[in-house]
Amino acid sequence: MYNFNYHRPSTLRQANGLVGKVEDNKLLGGGQTLLPTMKQRLASPAALIDLSAIPELSGIEQKGRNLVIGATTTHAEVASSDLVKAAIPGFAALAGGIGDPHVRHKGTIGGSIANNDPAADYPAACLALGATIVTNKRRIAAGDFFTGMFSTALDEGEIITKVIVPTGAKFAYTKFRNPASRYAMVGVAVAKKGAKVAVAVTGAGSDGVFRWADAEAALGKRFNPKALDGVKTPDAKDLNGDIHASADYRSHLIGVMTRRAVTAASGK
Amino acid sequence: MPKVSMTVNGKRVSANVDSRTLLVEFLRSEQRLTGTHVGCDTSQCGACVVHVNGKAIKSCTTLAVACEGAVVTTIEGLANGTELHPMQAAFRTHHGLQCGFCTPGMIMAAVDMVNRLGYDLSEETIRHELEGNICRCTGYHNIVKAIQAGAAAMGGMKVAAE
Repeated sequence: MYNFNYHRPSTLRQANGLVGKVEDNKLLGGGQTLLPTMKQRLASPAALIDLSAIPELSGIEQKGRNLVIGATTTHAEVASSDLVKAAIPGFAALAGGIGDPHVRHKGTIGGSIANNDPAADYPAACLALGATIVTNKRRIAAGDFFTGMFSTALDEGEIITKVIVPTGAKFAYTKFRNPASRYAMVGVAVAKKGAKVAVAVTGAGSDGVFRWADAEAALGKRFNPKALDGVKTPDAKDLNGDIHASADYRSHLIGVMTRRAVTAASGK
Repeated sequence: MPKVSMTVNGKRVSANVDSRTLLVEFLRSEQRLTGTHVGCDTSQCGACVVHVNGKAIKSCTTLAVACEGAVVTTIEGLANGTELHPMQAAFRTHHGLQCGFCTPGMIMAAVDMVNRLGYDLSEETIRHELEGNICRCTGYHNIVKAIQAGAAAMGGMKVAAE
């Protein structure tokens, strides 16, 4: 790892000042992706601004019909939160399935979303549940936030402060893990609110997380795995293929995992 | 170089370090606490697991400077003098190790497991919770047995103390 200057603001105000002032900076959440990336010298920022000591960025609240989750809230905190478990159990389960226990003690929801790894779990849930990403500058709908593989709508100097997740949907996330890395080879989040169904797919798209419109239409008519019979799975030409799974295989897996997510969301 | 201060195994320590110094490097090179191991250096294997503010983390994927003011416990901080911690004793009794390289991380992960999930751990829970710790010798079977027994022993100790 190349050396860097380290900053540790204790308020969001200080962090706002630093991101505008410090040259070539990167924001550090839990560091579970950024630090390995820097060790491999795939990233070498001149400065890190560590957000983990800012109390106002952490914590989980229920506000009306929404869960409001601070950006530096760890996966372990989301997974074990009674609020989250009561409001959206599938969301708590998703957080409890990221990485391993030690990684979950460090990794943060804001970091995961800002990185938008094409195999990350949270982006699919945010997209399916219609979450809103709040930054120090504005609010961004999840549908506008995830703009492609490892890319988001965030501007330079923009800091995610919280994620607003609407409750009240039937929701489940299921993933087929790569047996070695344990990342999602295909992960599918399904959310049903009234007659509206959203299906978001991670791990497979060559341009990152995406919604599967044909499945949403079919499941909107009938929320049952059988509704997907005859629905063509996403075209392999838009999907990733690698030594672990071909694009055709991933396409097939999307169908399988969506069915499982529908079953889980139905509480069966 | 930034100065970092923290409490390691109950002792206040501080040093001037590069910002890029990992917690595991700080512990091994600065503090000479070489019980915490570096197995993979890519956050996979868990040989470097220590507790920071009571939670198990991978010290190879944590900056030392980010631990300013933190309370750190390493494998060296578990035993009470010459008396092994019940989890360490259970690993010995149940042969939960062969080469021993993964053992410090396994034991720190096991104690964290007990802290979060209690003294009565099922085999299934233990195997699932060990997702972040890799052992290349034992096939895990005796590690699982050791953790189950160690957890129960920790519970027994708590009862005895009350």
